[in-house]
Amino acid sequence: MEGGAIPYLPRGVRLHHDRVREAWVLLAPERAIMLDAVGHAILSEIDGERSFSEITEALAVTYNAPAEDIAKDSAGFLGALRERRFLEVRS
Amino acid sequence: MTVRPPIAMLAELTHRCPLSCPYCSNPVELTRVDRELDTDTWKSVLRQAADLGVLQLHLSGGEPASRRDLEELVSAARDAGLYTNLITSGIGLSERRLKALDDAGLDHIQLSLQGTNPEMADEIGGYAGGFKRKMMVADWIGAIGFPLTLNAVLHRRNLHQLPRAIEMAVEMGARRIEVATVQFHGWALKNRDTLMPTRAQAREADTIVAEARARLKGTLVIDYVPADYHSDYPKRCMGGWGTTGLNIAPDGKVLPCHAAETIPHLSFDNVRDRPLRDIWDHGAAFDAYRGTDWMQEPCRSCDRAKVDFGGCRCQAMAIVGDAAATDPVCIKSPHHGALEARAAAHSEAEADLIYRSPPLRSVEPAE
Ligand code: SF4
Ligand code: SF4
Repeated sequence: MEGGAIPYLPRGVRLHHDRVREAWVLLAPERAIMLDAVGHAILSEIDGERSFSEITEALAVTYNAPAEDIAKDSAGFLGALRERRFLEVRS
Repeated sequence: MTVRPPIAMLAELTHRCPLSCPYCSNPVELTRVDRELDTDTWKSVLRQAADLGVLQLHLSGGEPASRRDLEELVSAARDAGLYTNLITSGIGLSERRLKALDDAGLDHIQLSLQGTNPEMADEIGGYAGGFKRKMMVADWIGAIGFPLTLNAVLHRRNLHQLPRAIEMAVEMGARRIEVATVQFHGWALKNRDTLMPTRAQAREADTIVAEARARLKGTLVIDYVPADYHSDYPKRCMGGWGTTGLNIAPDGKVLPCHAAETIPHLSFDNVRDRPLRDIWDHGAAFDAYRGTDWMQEPCRSCDRAKVDFGGCRCQAMAIVGDAAATDPVCIKSPHHGALEARAAAHSEAEADLIYRSPPLRSVEPAE
């Protein structure tokens, strides 16, 4: 994903707190994806306004980790969501 | 055994439908209109489902738009925290109702496709003008911006239309298409001589899907249900009996899968009599084939036992006469050869379509 790209969750895809399993899930057509702490952290930063690099830099500060590592992990995760059309991007 | 909570629930709000597709998955014995659950009972079921752990709600039928309280039920489902998906033929939805469903918080729509032109679609659906109306509904869905999945049901008569169905999904702006070869349950069992695809058709569909998946990556997601009788291994039905999902019939009966009533020795609890959680955790029909203890050979010692859970219980019942047998689709089943021969014979036979009949409106006078 390009650093300047702005990711957003399209209509019909949303974060949901599952009170029964005590976990965060991403709800999408025909899918409920259980999120781990990292997945939840990335998706919570996505607001449809900030770019991919702004998001990964913010996460780098919060988690005190190198921004490149975070960008690499997030790109893989978000890329898979994008392929299923659970995530869209505007430039 | 500790029972995991279900993720998905299919609510069959009604068996009424303006269409009469010859492969309808509703039981041959349709629920009478006066036996349908009322609005308040459905609302309670939706809350109980969310409390139990259900995340995804599929509102289905019959045609769910035949229920006047659909909008109210969608809004109750959203209030309960459920992701709400409407499975519809589109018939019965107006622009005004779609806007009301939007206001109620509906998350997603699955629109069924009986054919890619009026000649095919209206013949298969048994409803003149249905295709034209459906295309109007698709436009309204697009204008409102609902996320859309197109559900194309394929069989011998319309498999040649698959490339066009995929094109239509892209044109409609659908994010996803479900390409489902007819599964032989319910009314479809009566129509195997008309609907069974040939082996060549089934293989051609595999190729078309693989090509379209590569070409449309990132634009259109294609979920594919291949022709069952022409496969080597069975499907993992319902994600495993009593592990992932449940169905509520229009009269409140709770079923482990939509065809479960074809297994004559099972008895089903009703949400009118027993809390949903109790039915899921302890109901006899759910216990019957949950896990792997009930299995016979060759499933019992098979390394795929937890991959496909022995396939479909209803298909084992319908074809082998024993619901605990290996699904005859499996190459390890002693009945697999006979099934292949039957599939070939069905795919060469000629017969007229037998349409689904409508549910009874009220009690018929005794004869
Ligand atoms: S399969 Fe056809 S007849 Fe059956 S509920 Fe769906 S649209 Fe109606
Ligand atoms: S023998 Fe049973 S468990 Fe093994 S693949 Fe066949 S159906 Fe599945």
